[in-house]
Amino acid sequence: MKLPKAEVEHIAMLARIGLTEAEKQHYSDQLSAILEYVDELKKVDIKDVPDVGQITGLENQSAKDTVKGCELSREELFKNAPMTERGYIKVKSVLGRET
Amino acid sequence: MVWIPAFLSAMSSRSNGAGMTRRELYMNITEAKKVDLKKFLDEAKAADEKFNILLSVADKPGKLGKGDLAVPCLIKDNIVTTDYPTTCASKILEGFRSPYEATVVTKLKQAGAWVAGKLNLDEFAMGSSTENSAFGATKNPIDSTRVPGGSSGGSAAAVAAGVTPFSLGSDTGGSIRQPAAFCGVVGMKPTYGRVSRYGLVAMASSLDQIGPLTTTVEDCALVLKIISGKDPLDATSLDAPVPDYVSEMKKDIKGLNIGVPKEFFGEGVDRAIEEKVQVAIKELEKLGAKIKEVSLPNSRYALATYYIIQPAEVSANLARYDGVKYGVSEGKNEQIETIEEMYRQTRAKYLGDEVKRRIMLGTYATSAGFRDAYYDRARKVATLIKQDFDKVFKEVDVLITPTTPTVAFKLGENTTDPLKMYMSDLLTVPANIAGIPAISIPCDKIDGLPVGLQIMGPQLGESKVLQVAYAYEQSTDWRQQ
Repeated sequence: MKLPKAEVEHIAMLARIGLTEAEKQHYSDQLSAILEYVDELKKVDIKDVPDVGQITGLENQSAKDTVKGCELSREELFKNAPMTERGYIKVKSVLGRET
Repeated sequence: MVWIPAFLSAMSSRSNGAGMTRRELYMNITEAKKVDLKKFLDEAKAADEKFNILLSVADKPGKLGKGDLAVPCLIKDNIVTTDYPTTCASKILEGFRSPYEATVVTKLKQAGAWVAGKLNLDEFAMGSSTENSAFGATKNPIDSTRVPGGSSGGSAAAVAAGVTPFSLGSDTGGSIRQPAAFCGVVGMKPTYGRVSRYGLVAMASSLDQIGPLTTTVEDCALVLKIISGKDPLDATSLDAPVPDYVSEMKKDIKGLNIGVPKEFFGEGVDRAIEEKVQVAIKELEKLGAKIKEVSLPNSRYALATYYIIQPAEVSANLARYDGVKYGVSEGKNEQIETIEEMYRQTRAKYLGDEVKRRIMLGTYATSAGFRDAYYDRARKVATLIKQDFDKVFKEVDVLITPTTPTVAFKLGENTTDPLKMYMSDLLTVPANIAGIPAISIPCDKIDGLPVGLQIMGPQLGESKVLQVAYAYEQSTDWRQQ
C-alpha cells in the first residue's frame, strides 16, 4: 500500500514533527516500503490468539503508598530546562493561537 | 605503574601460562601495583581518534573501588550518569546531564569499577551500524572501512580495540549481539527484566535490556552477575535469585540438548556464515552435546512484528523530547508563537532521519483506524512467536544459530535503504520478542571478518547459555586471532 502524502502529513501532525515538502516525499516512499514488508503479518492466523501481555508473566507490581523525599533540589532538576522564569519552566502560548 | 595494551590484546586465557582472562589480568595489576588510569585514558582517546568510539570521557583519572570488578570501563551513552553528559547520540540531548544515575552504574561502582566515559551509538539506539549517530559513525577496529554494527557499535568497538576490559550496551532487537558479532567480541542480552532498566533511556520499553560486551565468556558471566537483580526502581525487573554465573558456566556440557532451528538457516543468511556455524555445531557435538533440529515456524514473522511493536513504543517514549523540560529547544526562537509550533520545529531540527522515520511509523501503527491491523495484530503474532520458543525449550536446553545474516558491511552500504538495514536484525530480534537470554560469541572469520555464533536459552536460562558459550570458547581459539 502506498502511503499518500496527506497521510504522511497527518502522521507528522500527530507526532509533532515538522516536515519539508522533500521530506514528505522521502518518508512517503520509505514508510510505504516498510509497511509493505510488515504486511506479511496479515498471513498469520491470529484468531483466538491473546495479546502477548507482559513477556515474563509479571502482573501488577504494587508498592506501599508512602511518601519518599527527593534528594535533588529544585535547581538541580531545573538545570536541564531550556527556559525557566521565577522557578517555573517557561513555554510558548498554549491556548488561543492554535495553528 | 603497569599498562601493556599490546600484551593484553595478544593474550588469551589459553595462551598465557597463568590462565588469566583480561579482567583477571587487570585485577592483578590493580592489586600488585596500581592500574595506570592515565594510560587507560590515553589509550581510549587514541582509539577514539581512529574509530570514533567516545562521546564523552573523563578529563582526569578517577578512582577504582574495592570489589570483584575493580577495573576502568566505558558504557553506552544511553545509560544515564551524573559524571558525564548523556546524549543518546542525538542533537536533541546535546549537553544534557542527568540529575540521577542508572542502577547499573551504581552497581558497577559498588563492585569497584570506574566508569571512564560514554560510548557512541545509533541515535537513541535506533540502527544497526552506528551510522545514525549525530556525532559521526564509529568504525570497526577489525576493518575501518566497515561498520562496527549497532546500535551498541561504540561498546563493541571499544572492547575489540582493546581499550576497555568490558563495556555495557543495550539490546532491543540485537543491538548488543549484532555489533559483538561484527567486531569479534562476546555480547549478551539477558532475559527481559534480569537487569534493571532504571536509567536506561527508554526506546522500546517492552524489549529493551542492558547487557555486557567483553572479550571472554567468563568476563561476560562476571559482569552479568554484578548488574543483575531486582530493582524497586524498575517494576519490570525480575525478583529471581542471581546465580553465580561464573561457576555455573564451568559445568560440563556432556548430554546437554542443543536445538538447531531450521528457520534461522537458508534464505536471507549468507552461505559462508551458515557453513561456519555448522562447523561450530559439530564442535559442540564432539564435546558431548546432543544436537537436534527443531522448528520455530512463527519466527519468520519476528522481524515484521518487531518493526511494528518497536516503533509503536518509540513513538510514545520519544514524545518527551519536545524542547520543554530538557535538551535543546527552539523555544527562544522569536518567530515561533505557539507551543505546538515550537514542538514541531524543535523535533524537526534536532531529531535524526531514522528516529523521525520510526516515530512516524509507530504513530501510524497505533493511530485510529490502523491500530487493529498493525499494532494489535503484531502483539498477537508475538504471542505465537513466544509459544514456539516455550514448546521448543521443553525439548532442548539451548538453541544455536548464526547471530547475523552477513559479516560487517561497508560504511555507507545500507544507509539509503532502511529495510535492507533492518534485515541485519533478522536473527537477533526473535529473542527480544520472546524475552529470552541470548549471547553472541566469536566463531571463525570470513576473509578476516568475524562471524558470530548465537546461543539462546529459555527465560532466566542465562547459566545454560553461558555454559555452552564457555565450552565452545575453551575448545576453540578464535578469540586469540
